[in-house]
Amino acid sequence: MSSPRTIRFTLNGEPVSATIMPHETLVDVLQHRFDLRGARESCGQGLCGCCTVHVDGKPVSGCLFLAVFADGARVDTVEGLARGDALDPVQEAFIEAGAFQCGFCTPGFVMMVKQLLKEHPEPTDEEVRHYLTGNLCRCSAYPEILDAVKLASARQAEAARRA
Amino acid sequence: MARTASRNIGQSIPRLEAREKVTGRAEYVHHLRLPGMLYGKIFRSTVPHARIKSVDVSAAQALEGVYRVVTIDDIREAIPHPYYGPAFHDQPILADGKVRFAGEPVAVVLAADPHIAQEAVGLISAEYEELPAVFDEVEAMSSDVLVHDVLKPAATFPDLKHLAGRTGTNVALDYHLLRGDPEAGFAAADHVFEHTYRSQQVMHIPMEPFVSVADAADGRLTLHTASQSPSFVRIEIARLLGWPENRVRVKVPYLGGGFGGKLYIKLEALVTALSLVARRPVKVALTMEEQFFMVTRHPCTFTIKSGVNKDGTIVARTCKVVWNGGAYADIGPRVTQKAGFTSAGPYDIENVEIHSYAVYTNRPPCGALRGFGAPQTAWAYECHMDEIAEALGMDKVAFRRKNLLQNGRPQATGTIVQDAALEQALDQVADRLNWNEPLDRGDGRIRRGRGIAVGFKGITAPTTSVAIVNLYADGSCGLYISTVEMGQGSDTVMAQIAAEVLDMDAAAIKVVHPDTDVTPYDMGTLGSRSTFHMGTAVRLAAEDARKKIAELARELGLPEGSNLPLPELFRRKYGMQAGNIIGTASFIPKYEKPDAETGHSRNATPFWGVGASGAEVEVDTETGHYRITKLVNVADVGTALNPKLVQVQLSGAGIMQLGFTTTEEMVYRDGQLTNGSLADYKIPTLLDIPPEFINEHVDSEQKDGPFGGKGAGESTTIALSPAIGNALFDAVGVRLTDLPLTPEKIFRALCEANGTPLAGE
Repeated sequence: MSSPRTIRFTLNGEPVSATIMPHETLVDVLQHRFDLRGARESCGQGLCGCCTVHVDGKPVSGCLFLAVFADGARVDTVEGLARGDALDPVQEAFIEAGAFQCGFCTPGFVMMVKQLLKEHPEPTDEEVRHYLTGNLCRCSAYPEILDAVKLASARQAEAARRA
Repeated sequence: MARTASRNIGQSIPRLEAREKVTGRAEYVHHLRLPGMLYGKIFRSTVPHARIKSVDVSAAQALEGVYRVVTIDDIREAIPHPYYGPAFHDQPILADGKVRFAGEPVAVVLAADPHIAQEAVGLISAEYEELPAVFDEVEAMSSDVLVHDVLKPAATFPDLKHLAGRTGTNVALDYHLLRGDPEAGFAAADHVFEHTYRSQQVMHIPMEPFVSVADAADGRLTLHTASQSPSFVRIEIARLLGWPENRVRVKVPYLGGGFGGKLYIKLEALVTALSLVARRPVKVALTMEEQFFMVTRHPCTFTIKSGVNKDGTIVARTCKVVWNGGAYADIGPRVTQKAGFTSAGPYDIENVEIHSYAVYTNRPPCGALRGFGAPQTAWAYECHMDEIAEALGMDKVAFRRKNLLQNGRPQATGTIVQDAALEQALDQVADRLNWNEPLDRGDGRIRRGRGIAVGFKGITAPTTSVAIVNLYADGSCGLYISTVEMGQGSDTVMAQIAAEVLDMDAAAIKVVHPDTDVTPYDMGTLGSRSTFHMGTAVRLAAEDARKKIAELARELGLPEGSNLPLPELFRRKYGMQAGNIIGTASFIPKYEKPDAETGHSRNATPFWGVGASGAEVEVDTETGHYRITKLVNVADVGTALNPKLVQVQLSGAGIMQLGFTTTEEMVYRDGQLTNGSLADYKIPTLLDIPPEFINEHVDSEQKDGPFGGKGAGESTTIALSPAIGNALFDAVGVRLTDLPLTPEKIFRALCEANGTPLAGE
């Protein structure tokens, strides 16, 4: 195996560094070096979305994304969403809509919905279905996830109108 | 029906653990790391049936960073009789001289770095003397190929004892039921119909793959495991080790999905053995691909025959149900029996004969999966019902209603049916489908149709749940139960039940997660049993606590009804904020095991699970592709203790079964699984939810359930597949007998019906 190297990146707004092996994935590094549990490896093939994090503002499958490529990047995870006790509106909407059961896929969905609402602030049902089709929920809280996206979108629009 | 308003019961209280789950902080074994922990990676067999001639681990052992490579010989040092299982002690912790399915664990590499362990697995080689293998359940009934030389039932199920030592067979269990005289019934009937239907092998696919961590040291063992049945794990591991139960501690945090897969004992025996051998904590976490080799849902071949009179009365029915159990029994014999006794369907039939067989084959093991066999049997009996109605020219709802079991009537076992809202569920589905209105059937290429189905299931028994309610000196409450929160919402519902008795808010109750050193026995979080069984134990434990509060008040000389706040009672008793009140109770529902010969029982099930489904489809007759345009599921859950959680359970179970109906199938070639990953084995996504998707429960009550409630986790899996199969027939006039219902099968059937059959598959 090859030798370790040091990477520096911004993690949820804080500058951090880690000495890692080149084969380590971003999920490995987030879990084992920074004790962040939100992004989880499930299928290991980038097909289920449980490991979704944002790198430079774009969602990636953390189980396929080699951590060395995060060098110099901005990495945002579900742990960076809440402000103290105040949850992000998407997290609030997931709770209110009952949009999860076992919760294992939930952080991945929340991160994907953040991006969805950035790109489509008021998405149609079809847009939501297509955008989130790469996130799998075996408990199948899909109808409630759709509700949660609508709820978060409405809240976001309401907040924008007030601002 | 009118019920007194309650701040807990019937309220959609949000999940107690909601914040942990949306912030990513919820604890799963998936994340657990212990100091000094080793990772185990598994070397698996590449052949379905063989004698192991040799396993060469030398290159793996020599790799830098490998702590140790372990085979069954090493495991025997720690566990002399390394065979486990809930129904049969037939599964070796690692392959022992033979492999019985492709993918069976043969050796394990231990290393502090999981990547090194995985690399070393690639350096192991094995030599096999291949044996003929058998994969099909019907073939295995009479095959010369024997998967096991001798049957080894576990002592935990006394009704399997008679099977001990049986040789020369792949049949692990045969269940029989006889009621009346079916042959005479057939002879007297106006019509006799016989059909055979098949269900395929599918997998649970929990998003948190199977994972267990064992930490054995100084004659004590702690297991952290993603398990639905911590109490069973403790008992089975203690048996394997010959230790008392109090030296084995099993802890379960949240589960990232279970669906019946994480039941009884899975990786726990392996990690225990590895930790004992290595004298270090050991974690084994399966990959998504490896999950397919752990446990699956039984494929099933079901031949059903009915004698029916001109007026539509079913007078006789025989069922031959053959369950493909795979290489190890797991809980298959129980599935065979439990789904066996309801396999004639929810109908009032005078003459019934059932033969249900659990059969070993050279496939990955099969066990419980959301419905415990009921979905496979309903696939057969509800397609059969439609075929009969079609032949008689009867309306499909009217034909079912005519024969439906009513409360107060005996089911095939003789058990009197109570609190089973079969007709209500069927009628509600028919209503939501506008059954009595004509359907736009389309013409030309796109054709539309609709179908309906109803089914029921018996619930696991014999079985026990124990609960402890602990009132602390400030009056707050801890609820100690071994029910596993795996997404179904048990923490919330159990807190609601305790809170209702104790006159508190559910959200104020702390539910202590399973830790067998702390939480009391529960048979398992399975088979829709927790709300009814553990819910009753919780209710009784909370009532016990209330009784003790009243006793304390009397002891302190307080007048009846003084209603002094609990913290004040504690202060008067102990002179300070101190002490506890412990309320405890166990619940064992009434049950009578079926007679070994007749299958009769006066109490075959603690309650009935009931589900009805309806579907509208449109089929492209030129390609066989179809869309489900409307899907309706209606269940009887008794009183919905938490309507939102019930709704999500009904909908989620329905979507899961939708996958098992339309796309999911484990595909083999020469005994090798060819699609064991999410790249090839497709589970439902947001795009698969039908545009009209209705999930409801009927207004009903389970009179002996806690506050009228009963289980909700499986009901909508039961009748969904036949509703869709029946809708497809209604649309295009071809009958598919084998799940899953793929466009290719429809297209082939259409070509066949048009007299232009396609070449073989």
